[in-house]
Amino acid sequence: MSKTATALQTQYSEAPVSNAHSSAPMKIVVVGHVDHGKSTLVGRILSETGALPEGKVEYLKEVCEKRGMPFEWAFVMDALQAERDQGITIDTAQIRFATPFRPYVIIDAPGHKEFLKNMITGAASAEAAVLVIDADEGVQEQSRRHGYLLHLLGLRQIAVAVNKMDLVNFGQARFEEVKAEITVYLNSIGVQPTHVIPVAARSGVNISGPAAETPWYKGPSVLAALDGFEAAKPATDLALRFPVQDVYKFDQRRIIAGRIESGRLKVGDTLVFAPTGKSARIASIETWGVNATVAVSAGAGQSIGVTLDEQIFIERGQVASLAERAPSVSHTLRARLFWLGRNGLKVGSRYKLKLATAEYAVEVIAIERVIDVEDLANHPGAEVGRNAVAEVVFRSRTPIAHDSFLDNPRLGRFVVVEDYDIVGGGVIAEAGGVHQAHKSTNITEVEHKVDFDTRALANGHRGGVVWLTGLSGAGKSTIAMEVERQLFLKGWQIMVLDGDNVRHGLCSDLGFSPEDRAENIRRVGEVAHLFAQAGMLVITAFISPYRSDRERVRTIHPDVFHEVHVATDLAECERRDPKGLYRKARAGEIAEFTGVTAPYEAPLSPEFTLDTSGKSIDECVADLLRYMEANFSLSAREQTQSWGF
Amino acid sequence: MSMTDLDALEAQSIYILREAFNRLDKIAMLWSIGKDSNVMLWLARKAFFGHVPFPVLHVDTHHKIPEMIEFRDRVAKEWKLPLIIGENTAALAAGMGPHEGRVNCCTALKTDGLKALLAEHGFTGVIAGIRRDEEGTRAKERVFSPRTEDAGWDFKDQPPEFWDQFKTDFAPGTHLRIHPLLAWSELDVWRYIQREEIPMVSLYFAKDGKRYRSLGCAPCTGSVASTASTVAEIIEELETTRISERSGRAQDKESEDAFERLRAGGYM
Repeated sequence: MSKTATALQTQYSEAPVSNAHSSAPMKIVVVGHVDHGKSTLVGRILSETGALPEGKVEYLKEVCEKRGMPFEWAFVMDALQAERDQGITIDTAQIRFATPFRPYVIIDAPGHKEFLKNMITGAASAEAAVLVIDADEGVQEQSRRHGYLLHLLGLRQIAVAVNKMDLVNFGQARFEEVKAEITVYLNSIGVQPTHVIPVAARSGVNISGPAAETPWYKGPSVLAALDGFEAAKPATDLALRFPVQDVYKFDQRRIIAGRIESGRLKVGDTLVFAPTGKSARIASIETWGVNATVAVSAGAGQSIGVTLDEQIFIERGQVASLAERAPSVSHTLRARLFWLGRNGLKVGSRYKLKLATAEYAVEVIAIERVIDVEDLANHPGAEVGRNAVAEVVFRSRTPIAHDSFLDNPRLGRFVVVEDYDIVGGGVIAEAGGVHQAHKSTNITEVEHKVDFDTRALANGHRGGVVWLTGLSGAGKSTIAMEVERQLFLKGWQIMVLDGDNVRHGLCSDLGFSPEDRAENIRRVGEVAHLFAQAGMLVITAFISPYRSDRERVRTIHPDVFHEVHVATDLAECERRDPKGLYRKARAGEIAEFTGVTAPYEAPLSPEFTLDTSGKSIDECVADLLRYMEANFSLSAREQTQSWGF
Repeated sequence: MSMTDLDALEAQSIYILREAFNRLDKIAMLWSIGKDSNVMLWLARKAFFGHVPFPVLHVDTHHKIPEMIEFRDRVAKEWKLPLIIGENTAALAAGMGPHEGRVNCCTALKTDGLKALLAEHGFTGVIAGIRRDEEGTRAKERVFSPRTEDAGWDFKDQPPEFWDQFKTDFAPGTHLRIHPLLAWSELDVWRYIQREEIPMVSLYFAKDGKRYRSLGCAPCTGSVASTASTVAEIIEELETTRISERSGRAQDKESEDAFERLRAGGYM
């Protein structure tokens, strides 16, 4: 612990630390369709609670006069010139106010469809929401979309303000109509609005107290409804999740830094780090500061640093937990997703997925349904467009430590990054992903005294399975054998498993029916992964025409499986016909020949596509060599770091 | 032990500082000598356990109040800060000052002075101590806020930012402003100063019935009427005042959108 800066102290009285406003403000977001009066409502609330600085209203009156328009409450929040010029909110803003009951931060979110990303930015940090609906226009597209997204973001406390009641002469019948319409919609997505309040924000009706204009309304005012919201509960009761943010070595201490997302930890606890499964005990909780005392425990929300009793390998992105309640670990995630990207999301698209402090390279393997937020109908879809909501399955190269959003929101949500931008967010539907049965298949979980990483260090490259798939005559075996020769000469541990060769031994009892082909591939897959586990690099050269068979092989150990499509088209393969098989197949002498009388299912999203058209064998070999060296060789940095550890 | 609101703000700011330090190659922290950036420096020392692992930048306009410069040099020495001082030499030589227009002066001496410093050192991230409650356009800021090649702020198309997932990927040539204090209020800052006993420039404390609430350059920063001469008294004053914090800052008031234009051009 560093010494304090007492030498620099000035002007400190002995007075105790002020406790005024010492509860954290509740964050409320105001959402709704464009022009339904969100910013006006917020401006009015700020004014009635005395939150505006002296002179602000006078200043804005001046601005409005200069612009030759009536006084506009919305200008309080719409600080940007462009917002005032266009009369709409472009970006979300946060402003404070307080009722006698508690302090608030109010988040004004834009209602225009074009600014949905800004609405999400505002709403995602809120604990409760006010949905504003124009009494005259009624429920509109963005009213529903915002309601749906609030629910998706995990907000369960929503009050509805039916605004501009002055436009419908404060009529109860119209209010009940709008109330019924929005209540039915919200109920259908599982939300029960806490209150539906008739409001005229511009003139201040039902903002802070009962209004003469609506004698028929017996419910709370807007401010009373806000005071009725329950504050978010701290996540200390959930299982411990401590994602590693960084590892510091500024001095002799090696400090694991991060924020506790949920649960608690204390000195002496054994932390298990996902996904490696390595563990160590907390030796100390490090602190710095004037009034810092020795910390022995810490809980959700705190940004801390710990030292461990053992120097195990730890890096950013790993998630520490207690052994008995560890997060799920899997390569696939099924999630409900909102999409903000200009480019649509498609099956096969690749992205960076950020979950807590981890980043994963993922691809979309299925779009299960696209949800129409208007009528909540499901559509099968090949693409998720901008501002749409969908259920999607992602596959990651490396295992993802996570929880379901229901179990633990902090580890159950993620964002998707394309190029430089966040283009979507998702909540995880079910922990363990799609293939729960394969959770326990990571090599690191197997108790070997020599592990995968150590073998890789000894060999100078990682073990793995490079699975070539393609039509007969595509060039798989030829390319594989030459790549094997060249890598062997470089000192790599490499072996080709070839289709025809294994059928002489390992699979000599199998034929070519779909069942036999599946069994053939299963056996080869298991053997290939055993080789990989032994630190070797395996190239397989099999037609392997069925997607499901290849996917099954992948799930044995997805980290090390690289699917390579040798994409020579049928016409070219048939022209080459090196073994004369196409001729026989066309003549009916071979039954169930791939591409002729049996199907070939090309990979939807292979790790690598070897385009052979117009290329010589040497060029194809060079392409594959480049790919393999880029993906399997250990960098000099990795080698020195790992040994020096 | 439950967290107070100050604990929560502190934890969040530390998380942001650690994200910036981990995700960006070359970062620096802006130090205006004002209360907010003093608090920010303090938070950095907490985040990194007594160390400040990046340069601390001060853009000297040569119009600062002398007490500020004295304070800067004293604290930098005592805290062993990796301090870099920059200035717009050309504009200063040409005699730039508020008589050329306050917005012009701010742009030349602060914004352009900062841009030169960033370019010279190749920083890709600059940590600045702005807060949402200071001013309307700052209320719309992001924690990780991208700046274009000429340091401009494209406030009409800001990136989404939610669940504490920040924009940490950006095109070559652009940079990020990082705002760890965005969620703090002026009152929070003073309550934290009190709790942590963070040293402050004496100008904040009332003398002869006046004190500074916001510190900038001498010609454009006015004092407010106040008798608050201790941190506790300042807190008491802020709990009741309805005068805005930047009311003493003349450059904001040249036109309706003066501050927005300053910020769009690269001002903090």
